[in-house]
Amino acid sequence: MSLYRSHVLICGGTGCTSSGGAKLIDEFEAQLKANGLENEVKVVKTGCFGLCALGPVVVVYPEGAFYSRVQKEDVAEIVTEHLLKGRIVKRLVYDETINENDDTIKSLNEVDFYKKQMRIALRNCGVINPENVEEYIAFDGYKALATVLTEMTPQEVIQVIKDSGLRGRGGGGFPTGLKWDFASKSVNEQKYVCCNADEGDPGAFMDRSILEGDPHSVLEAMAIAGYAIGANQGYIYIRAEYPIAVQRLQIAIDQAKEYGLLGKNIFGTDFSFDIGLRLGAGAFVCGEETALMTSIEGHRGEPRPRPPFPAVKGLWGKPTILNNVETYANIPVIINKGAEWFNTIGTEKSKGTKVFALGGKINNTGLVEIPMGTTLREIVEEIGGGVPNGKKFKAAQTGGPSGGCIPASLIDTPIDYDSLISIGSMMGSGGLIVMDEDNCMVDIAKFFLEFTVDESCGKCTPCRIGTKRLLEILEKITKGNGTLEDLDRLELLCHSIKNASLCGLGQTAPNPVLSTLRYFRDEYVAHVVDKKCPAGVCKALTNYVIEEDKCKGCSACARKCPVGAITGEIKKPFTIDQSKCIKCGACMETCKFNAIVKK
Amino acid sequence: MAKEAVIPFKGTAQQEAELMSVIAQHKDQDGALIPVLHQAQEIYGYLPIEVQTMIADGLGVPLAEVYGVVTFYTQFSLNPKGEYKIAVCLGTACYVKGSGDILEKFKELTGIDVDGCTPDGKFSLEATRCIGACGLAPVFTINEDVYGRVTADDIPAIFAKYQD
Repeated sequence: MSLYRSHVLICGGTGCTSSGGAKLIDEFEAQLKANGLENEVKVVKTGCFGLCALGPVVVVYPEGAFYSRVQKEDVAEIVTEHLLKGRIVKRLVYDETINENDDTIKSLNEVDFYKKQMRIALRNCGVINPENVEEYIAFDGYKALATVLTEMTPQEVIQVIKDSGLRGRGGGGFPTGLKWDFASKSVNEQKYVCCNADEGDPGAFMDRSILEGDPHSVLEAMAIAGYAIGANQGYIYIRAEYPIAVQRLQIAIDQAKEYGLLGKNIFGTDFSFDIGLRLGAGAFVCGEETALMTSIEGHRGEPRPRPPFPAVKGLWGKPTILNNVETYANIPVIINKGAEWFNTIGTEKSKGTKVFALGGKINNTGLVEIPMGTTLREIVEEIGGGVPNGKKFKAAQTGGPSGGCIPASLIDTPIDYDSLISIGSMMGSGGLIVMDEDNCMVDIAKFFLEFTVDESCGKCTPCRIGTKRLLEILEKITKGNGTLEDLDRLELLCHSIKNASLCGLGQTAPNPVLSTLRYFRDEYVAHVVDKKCPAGVCKALTNYVIEEDKCKGCSACARKCPVGAITGEIKKPFTIDQSKCIKCGACMETCKFNAIVKK
Repeated sequence: MAKEAVIPFKGTAQQEAELMSVIAQHKDQDGALIPVLHQAQEIYGYLPIEVQTMIADGLGVPLAEVYGVVTFYTQFSLNPKGEYKIAVCLGTACYVKGSGDILEKFKELTGIDVDGCTPDGKFSLEATRCIGACGLAPVFTINEDVYGRVTADDIPAIFAKYQD
């Protein structure tokens, strides 16, 4: 192996690939060659750095220069200036990393976005090349598996996981060690270890980033789980919508087998373990554990009643454990550093860290990993860099279609499993969508209901028909035909669906409605009583009006209006005929004097 | 509701041979149906009833079950896709940043609804679940090209690039 003086790390995650990162690798290699540097500088394609808003991201070590929004045309400059002459290209470096006083650059750990983060599950993302098992091994990879197989009994492994206090990161928050314990106590010759990588929660992409950036950590953890419960076969159920992750997992599985880290007699012990990939086919309900297993078996992914729980009767009727990607990513670290270490992070009942996908109306969209108990304010204002365009923070949505909205008044809530449940939301898989004053909460509830109506598998009546009726009432409200009684009806129906549905999808589907009713009831009332949408989102309740004192009478809007609803005399205020207006908003965009407002 | 396919089935002998070898590879595997359907869709681009029948016969699974599985999962399509597949992300992050308006604009420009295909087979339109590029929200894709941080006003110019 030759020694390189510099390393160029290029993010190969989906966010950066989509914003043009894929072209950068070839370009860097070509430019390095053109400058005769190909034996001095190594280009590494890594996993996600987390700061997707600034993608494509390129980091050059040893300096640690963090280049953001790098385009193909910028590569030549970075190579000739930075890598050849040693002068960092300040124009392209992330602003926050430049020390204003002396023009030097700061370490990434001092930047607001990274300062409060603690990377455990994401420890290797953006650090190693995920397609090279040797790089994973160099960062203590497969050390935990070796320790477990050669020094610990299965019971000891389960005890460490129990003592660590690790809870499932997929949403429910069930103690992982307990789950393993149940499965280990089920007596059967054949058991299975499954990984839920069917990340269906819209706006959440942490599992994908782990699989893309550090696939071996999941494989290692699954083998550890297999040893703990006595299983020799694992399955990863992954969304087909994640082609890069599927490809890297397949590479990782092949490499692990080649190195004897998966397969027969691992590390010369009599423990054998194999992992197969199963591709999902776009059904949100398959994130539910029993539905996921039905889908692996090759059927329509419909859930079934529990008990029997999968730990007793799971895949093909055999005892099975199913954990989420992020949960697995924590396991090797817990084994290596011990339960006591893990216990020192987080809150009393929620240990460790949680990865969130920050999205929506926030400056630093991307992936963040924070210790449990960090407040929403710290996430939004410090790590996330606040709401863009000077708008006001209105609410944050966690838990996707199963979760709820956290209003601005509760922004100091610590983020952990129990605090979130107590305010009517849930951790979920970790999507955190920020909304500002321009978002209508009734519309958001409607958006999530459209999703659940679409994704309800149809097996049980409360979910299949109940969610449809919920959506109809919400549509009625957003069209201005709602009444106050509809609000009571909504609440009643929500509780019936929660109580009577078969699986987690139906039981949590009303949460977006309940939590917006709880914290933004005034907005619902405005829709049904005043027939107004305060945020100006619901078209039927919004009127475009020309403010007389601002209108110069230029007629630009009248010419733009597709239906001829605007009339007036030149140099005098124009008016909009509300009966003709189709509320397309073209006039508002056209007006140079901001004279047209939504009311 | 699944719409009738507008374009008649035009499978080739080569495609059929490929499908048969896929079926042979998976025949004795537990839970083979979904992996086979994935590969069949890759071969044909969609899963018309003719293809489903071949799979049912090949795997020894009732056609009703094959059809049941195909219609359950959104990834499987009964209709052919256009030469250019337009997919607008309606994940939460994109939605709050206005991807709904982008979808409306595409409907207007193509004259088709979601899951439809233009009569000339050129464009098809889909509303997708989160594609995980939330940092670029709102996002849509046309085949392999990803467009992020766009507004409805940018759409006509982008659409024009694919029209000839």
